[in-house]
Amino acid sequence: MAHDSLYAAPPTAEAEPGAGRLASLRGLLGSWDVAVVAALVVAVLVASLTVENFATGRNAQFLLLDLVPLALIALPMTLIVITGEIDLSVASMVGLCSTLMGQLWLSSGLSLELICVLVVLLGAVLGAVNGLFVTGFGLPSLAVTIGTLALYRGLSFVVLGDQAVADFPADWTAAVVRTIPGTSIPVVVVPLLVLAVIFGVVLHATAAGRALYAIGNNDQAATFTGVSVARTKFWLFVVSGAVCGLVGILWTLRYASARGDNATGLELTVVTAVLLGGVSIFGGRGALLGVLAGVLLLGVLRNALQLADVDANALTIVTGTLLIASVVLPNAVADVRARLHRRRQRHPAAS
Amino acid sequence: MSLTDAGAPERAAGNAPSDPGRQRRGLTERLLAVRELSLLIALGLLVLVTTVRNDRFLSGQSVKDLLLGCAILVILAVGQTLVIITRNVDLSVGSILGLVAFATGSLFLSAPGTPWPVALVVGVALGALCGAVNGGLIAVARVPALVITLGTLYAFRGIDYYWASGSQINAADMPPSFLRLGNQTVLGVPVLFLVALVVVAVVGFYLRSYRSGRELYAIGSEPAAARLSGIPVGRRVFAVFVASGAFAGLAGVLYAARFGTLDAAAGTGLELQVVAAAVVGGVAIFGGSGSAYGAALGAVLLTTIGSSLAVLRIDPFWQQAVVGALILAAIGLDRVLALRVAARLRGRSAHGA
Amino acid sequence: MTADAPGTDGAPLLVLDGVTKSFGAVAALRGVHLALHSGEAHALVGENGAGKSTLVKILAGAHAPDAGAMTLDGQPLRLRGPADARAAGIAVIYQEPTLFPDLSVAENIFMGRQPLRGLRRIDTTAMNRDAERLFQRLGVRIDPTRPARGLSIADQQLVEIAKAISFDARVLVMDEPTAALSGVEVERLFAVARSLCEHGAAVLFISHRFNEVFDLCHRVTVLRDGAWVSSDRATDLTVDEVVRRMVGRDVASLYPKQDAELRDTLLEVRGLTRAGVFTDVSFSVRGGEIVALAGLVGAGRSEVARAVFGVDRYDAGEVLVAGRAVPAGNPGRAIAAGMALVPEDRRQQGLVMELSVERNATLARRRALSRLGLLLGAAERAEARHWTRRLQVKTSRLGAPVATLSGGNQQKVVLAKWLATEPRVLIIDEPTRGIDVGTKSEVHRLLSELAGEGLAILMISSELPEVLGMADRVLVMHEGRLVRELPRDEADETSIMFAATGQGATA
Repeated sequence: MAHDSLYAAPPTAEAEPGAGRLASLRGLLGSWDVAVVAALVVAVLVASLTVENFATGRNAQFLLLDLVPLALIALPMTLIVITGEIDLSVASMVGLCSTLMGQLWLSSGLSLELICVLVVLLGAVLGAVNGLFVTGFGLPSLAVTIGTLALYRGLSFVVLGDQAVADFPADWTAAVVRTIPGTSIPVVVVPLLVLAVIFGVVLHATAAGRALYAIGNNDQAATFTGVSVARTKFWLFVVSGAVCGLVGILWTLRYASARGDNATGLELTVVTAVLLGGVSIFGGRGALLGVLAGVLLLGVLRNALQLADVDANALTIVTGTLLIASVVLPNAVADVRARLHRRRQRHPAAS
Repeated sequence: MSLTDAGAPERAAGNAPSDPGRQRRGLTERLLAVRELSLLIALGLLVLVTTVRNDRFLSGQSVKDLLLGCAILVILAVGQTLVIITRNVDLSVGSILGLVAFATGSLFLSAPGTPWPVALVVGVALGALCGAVNGGLIAVARVPALVITLGTLYAFRGIDYYWASGSQINAADMPPSFLRLGNQTVLGVPVLFLVALVVVAVVGFYLRSYRSGRELYAIGSEPAAARLSGIPVGRRVFAVFVASGAFAGLAGVLYAARFGTLDAAAGTGLELQVVAAAVVGGVAIFGGSGSAYGAALGAVLLTTIGSSLAVLRIDPFWQQAVVGALILAAIGLDRVLALRVAARLRGRSAHGA
Repeated sequence: MTADAPGTDGAPLLVLDGVTKSFGAVAALRGVHLALHSGEAHALVGENGAGKSTLVKILAGAHAPDAGAMTLDGQPLRLRGPADARAAGIAVIYQEPTLFPDLSVAENIFMGRQPLRGLRRIDTTAMNRDAERLFQRLGVRIDPTRPARGLSIADQQLVEIAKAISFDARVLVMDEPTAALSGVEVERLFAVARSLCEHGAAVLFISHRFNEVFDLCHRVTVLRDGAWVSSDRATDLTVDEVVRRMVGRDVASLYPKQDAELRDTLLEVRGLTRAGVFTDVSFSVRGGEIVALAGLVGAGRSEVARAVFGVDRYDAGEVLVAGRAVPAGNPGRAIAAGMALVPEDRRQQGLVMELSVERNATLARRRALSRLGLLLGAAERAEARHWTRRLQVKTSRLGAPVATLSGGNQQKVVLAKWLATEPRVLIIDEPTRGIDVGTKSEVHRLLSELAGEGLAILMISSELPEVLGMADRVLVMHEGRLVRELPRDEADETSIMFAATGQGATA
């Protein structure tokens, strides 16, 4: 392979047919964000018109409150998946941070402000453990974070057992669910927006963001361009942990309860939202706007169907179908296009 | 004239003075055996320590509970092994189990006279169908199985809930012959565990001794080379998902027989435990190595840890943490071992050349 | 020594007639004819890029030809995949081993064809014994039961050979099987190949080592630029004649290196060693100078380049840019020191194929282009536009994925990416691999221009005309060592080829 240089047979061989498919895929996925946003708009419109109580301020408030943790975790998850890795331990980190917050509040006598800072730092440490296993020992992140998923969830039960800590100061718990005066938008949306802007800028408008896409597409080429692949991935896991710490705090205060099983199973929903948002599980492709639209779409659909008296648990059909459709459709469309293209090419030749 | 004919005279005349294959097990197999042996030792130590602390741990009832407890996980872990070996993963097994368990209950509810073997066949077939859906979608979408089976994890579970719509099936709705299947013992060994043993033996034997079984390893070890050597990769991967679904279906039927009381939540979250069992059992998450025996031992070890913690009066809340630590230790250890074996083999071939 | 070609008068076993294969706009094979006779060893030689590997892939069933016909025993042969080729009795030893690292050596050899016993079970004992026999025939000692992971490249190649000869195969294709083998192993391989021929098989042997070609083969076919040049009895040929036919084109006019004023030494490499890869490599390149690093594939040229640039670590030696040591193993620091590396494999190492032209062109400059940490599209676009214009990259738009460009334009994007960093030392590995003739001369003019501006250029090339046309000095590597240094006026095809094949290695 290495020696047939002049005509670069093997490289171009794969490049040409592949390039065509990639190009049409890209055309599709470039507009995937737009498609998700459009689907979101349609879903909101239809739900407002047909579902009673959907278009009320109170519903909007709870819808958004439910979505904030999901959206927050989706931010670093997007970056991680773009580099071709995955973090399945996020929900367990939320749970552990939540119980630790409860335990500290219960027994340490520290101020809640300080506890919050400590919890975010703890999240970062938990993420660093993931990062160390993945980049330091060179282990697959899928396996590592399945391990820490169990480990961190287990530890969160160790911290509090099946107890719950609920006696958080009322002004704190009320603050989390409060809305921005004059609107039905919860105040917690503000930090989400701030973080979303930061993550969006980092991903789409900084040197580091460029490096993330390069790593996810082709880590060899990234290395040749001077990107430190391992270090970059390590810090992404740390950030993921810190954000989970933050979500742990919000979750605890929102439900006024620190429990070992907080946020159980959230990791799969986050991954679903990220993939639905157009991020490729292979890495290297995706945008933050699409992910946020994906989170909202998931939330709106579930909320509307729930209001329409569909069993909450059966709604997972919607989640699953959306996820499958989001990965099957682009390929199916590309195939159909390629087939049409080939037929068009063959036709004049035949006639 | 063929090239192998060229070697025929030698073979005919060959009295093969040294016959390495006959005298010892192969190095590749021995490396695997090391892994299974270390799991057995870990399991033995665990049982020993626990028994020393509390001799009732090895009493008949306790052992029976233990075997009963791990049977379903063992079956699922073996099915998962088939999938992981080909460098794929099936996250939907918990949902398939739930769906099939509920379907089994519903079957008895709507046709009370159904003999249990029919229910068994129906359950396995339904599981295989779910697996075929997975396999088909993976073939169409050409995306990692992780994504597709994450989707069907939700979809199958949703169907389950939609079907159940909040209802519950009770033991009273099922024929006693079926429920006995779940608790009966033969010579003190639960039937459920015997079924699991048969599954382990069959799959383990298949993976080791059949061409198509070995091809699964080839696919997971180096997919590109597998294609170049003419292995029908797509067909094999599809078959593996059907098999994994069928085993999840079998587990679902057994689940129904064992617990009797069923709602749509049966088996929720089981998928990660199953993957964990396989990984602890030495099945490499990126394919190409591992055995059904190892995965089964992994499942038994995980279940035993749970029971021992209770006996040792360690806070049962530690169980999951220990499982997590075990997964990390297992993959970390595999990595270290792989590096060391590779270094040793390199050294050996340098001297041998 | 060479026997007379047996049976060349009778009907050939395998015939390729007018086989043509294009990849996109590039024609890899143009109407190639080849006839393999039963019992003959047939050599296929040609420069890098002459289309040999494409031919191998077609015989293996991995590529389908665009035009032309193949016949086996007079019957039309259509290969829809590797399985078909195997069924037809064609075994291929690839240049790059394709083993399953987790499986045992014996299983690698017999995958899909394992000997069976009762109940269609695999007979492991028989399989290991058969593998052992194959190795005995090859005269090597590899434990059939060990996993393939961790085998040296030479041992991997031997396993591939064992696999190929274990087939019920009538045609054995060997794509540079000897590159990693020692002399004794090569002799063993040839003994096996000869015995196969005696039993009526045909062997197609691809190699750069002429002594091996003449040692083993009855006939020699030369390919050049994807086209058939000649097929002759080996006894009617000499090494010089074969080299002349392989190169066979007007060298002088294509490659216009202008004389540039030589300045201070910019790149100095002292005693660079990476165990088992290259040993004690020392050289220097001055500003304004183009130094070519020539040698066969596998001689260690690209590995030296990677180590110099910090992608790979090295065990001993040092690298200096303008007299200052560059830390090992850190491409980022190498870039900061003023080095740039245009790598050999554009798709794997040079470009992020799915990203746009613009993103690729500015990837190495992403930090420098940031303002207050922000990397804005405008800055990237301006930079990308500047360099793509200067290099005349033809693309519909800068936002197009680089995968949609032709090979030549892709190479220009890689060049743009590195020139944008304004390097003092440019290492360029196979600068014109896989690009069309027009773009080729553009790239050459550009390199000449850059040298004129005072860059130190280290050029790795497998194409002799390019080396001869462009280089002020030629360094020749053979099996991990620098064996010759030839000033421009002493370098010619033969002197380089002889040094590279380890024959005139007297430096």
